[in-house]
Amino acid sequence: MIELQGLTKRFGEKVAVDHLTFTVRPGIVTGFLGPNGAGKSTTMRMMLGLDNPTAGDVRIDGKRYAELKEPLKEIGALLDAQAVHGGRTAYNHLLCLAQANRIPRSRVGEVLEAVGLTPVARKRPKGFSLGMGQRLGIAAALLGDPRILMFDEPVNGLDPEGIRWIRNLMQSLAAQGRTVFVSSHLMSEMALTAEHLVVIGQGKLLADTSMADFIARNSRSFVRVRTPEPERMRDVLAAAGIEARTAGDGSFEVTGSTAADLGELAARERLVLHELSPQQASLEEAFMGLTAQAVEYHAREAGEPPTPTAGAPVEQAPAWGEQWRREHGPERSGDGEGV
Amino acid sequence: MVLAPAVLRSEWTKIRSVRSTVWTLSLAAVLTIGLGVLISFLANNGFSKMSPHDQLIFDPTYTSFAGMTLGQLLMIVFGVLVVSTEYSTGMIRTSLAAVPQRWTFLACKLAVATALAFVVGMVTSFVTFFAGQAMLGSHRVHIGDPGVLRAVVGGGLYLTLISVFAMGCAAMLRSPLLSLSILMPFFFLVSNILSAVHATQKVAYYLPDQAGRKVMMVVTLGDTRPYGPWAGLLIMVGWVVAALAGGFFLLRRRDA
Repeated sequence: MIELQGLTKRFGEKVAVDHLTFTVRPGIVTGFLGPNGAGKSTTMRMMLGLDNPTAGDVRIDGKRYAELKEPLKEIGALLDAQAVHGGRTAYNHLLCLAQANRIPRSRVGEVLEAVGLTPVARKRPKGFSLGMGQRLGIAAALLGDPRILMFDEPVNGLDPEGIRWIRNLMQSLAAQGRTVFVSSHLMSEMALTAEHLVVIGQGKLLADTSMADFIARNSRSFVRVRTPEPERMRDVLAAAGIEARTAGDGSFEVTGSTAADLGELAARERLVLHELSPQQASLEEAFMGLTAQAVEYHAREAGEPPTPTAGAPVEQAPAWGEQWRREHGPERSGDGEGV
Repeated sequence: MVLAPAVLRSEWTKIRSVRSTVWTLSLAAVLTIGLGVLISFLANNGFSKMSPHDQLIFDPTYTSFAGMTLGQLLMIVFGVLVVSTEYSTGMIRTSLAAVPQRWTFLACKLAVATALAFVVGMVTSFVTFFAGQAMLGSHRVHIGDPGVLRAVVGGGLYLTLISVFAMGCAAMLRSPLLSLSILMPFFFLVSNILSAVHATQKVAYYLPDQAGRKVMMVVTLGDTRPYGPWAGLLIMVGWVVAALAGGFFLLRRRDA
């Protein structure tokens, strides 16, 4: 269990992390989500005692990180896969870490095998691909067989196969009863792996919720209706007592009614429709909406639904919630890709 | 307790598993010995052409140490790289996550690197002395002569201390490029120029390398340093302690 209490980090005038208080619970994957620059990495560095907090503190099973005698046996972390000496072979890199925490030498071979780096154990990481570097970082995190694992943006820059490998690894680690804390700026990634969600923006806590709750609250479905006569449409909908709101492009987003009912209503009223389509707001949109206020620069007109600012395309149906339900539902299917 | 056996073992693995350790230390030894032999050979050949005054102040021991002017630069490179590659590669974050007791981490790293520099420094000093004397023919001195053993042991200590001084500076500066671009010109040029110019000589004699050299001299008739061999070495130790203190102090305070 990791407990953060009022954790704050200031760099001069800028507040990078602002009074963060939350708990990472054991036995599940907790997703740590926020746009780029939200303070995720700074928070994780403070959790490992690398950066000194301006205020507040972090406890790992009740202890400060600096009080841990052999920390790799309690918490393994992948912060930055490039944090290795490029001229020291993969084997020796892991060996020096193992020795510092009195981890048996045999463990080095085991973790190299586990991440699939045995063939390059005697090679220098200078020549490693991004994916291999990431695997070496994960091997280091697994070295002490720790109960807590932390990964900072583990899938960044990986190919689909590497992404799937890391996703499965995190789930199997949590299934073994370990605490897994993983950061990402992609909601889609979290929806596939995390059971609990901590969202931050501009260093502030925005949400601390279970993934199921987040999906239930945020996967809004509606019907998009587009017509050349929006004024009449508005009246007709109001008369029928149907809730609708105008989207930025002049179409209506209608909730509480089906596409079939709306089509029949329009036919009865002899209204011309240019579009009639059921929509499901994606979790990505919900996440963007949550963090939009916390993003420093964003262009959004009044009345317009929150738009992604990070340049990620808005996902249409099927929503990420669907994806998650398929992954986490009772009949869990192996690895439904789709991302 | 600041030193921990497990961390010492880990730092030993680190230091022996990178190529820079081997090439810096072996180059330091080769340059010191090679240049010492060459200059001793030339001094022997040219001895009869020297002025009577130069012949009077001729120091066969110190002459065989002439290569240290270059050799020490490689000891500095070794010291800088041992510490600063942790920062330049980002390894420091991995290292401190494994050993969050920062003073233990740095103390163990410095202990291992210093021990290695000491062994290489001592061997280099003794080899360059004997090889140099072999070139000096009739002008040679013997290890048992008064002050000579002290000078040869002092040579080994000098190479060790200059390397530890570099480690302390690198711990403060963190960047290998910055550390080297300050230390290399300083010890190769600035310190030597300051000590050669009359106006600055008195002050320059208190610089770490200028003070430390005194211990390697046996014939000091031509030397105007106002202190003895061990006092000179002590001045150098003072510089090293100051650099290390700065390194430890900053490591505790800084974000990794």
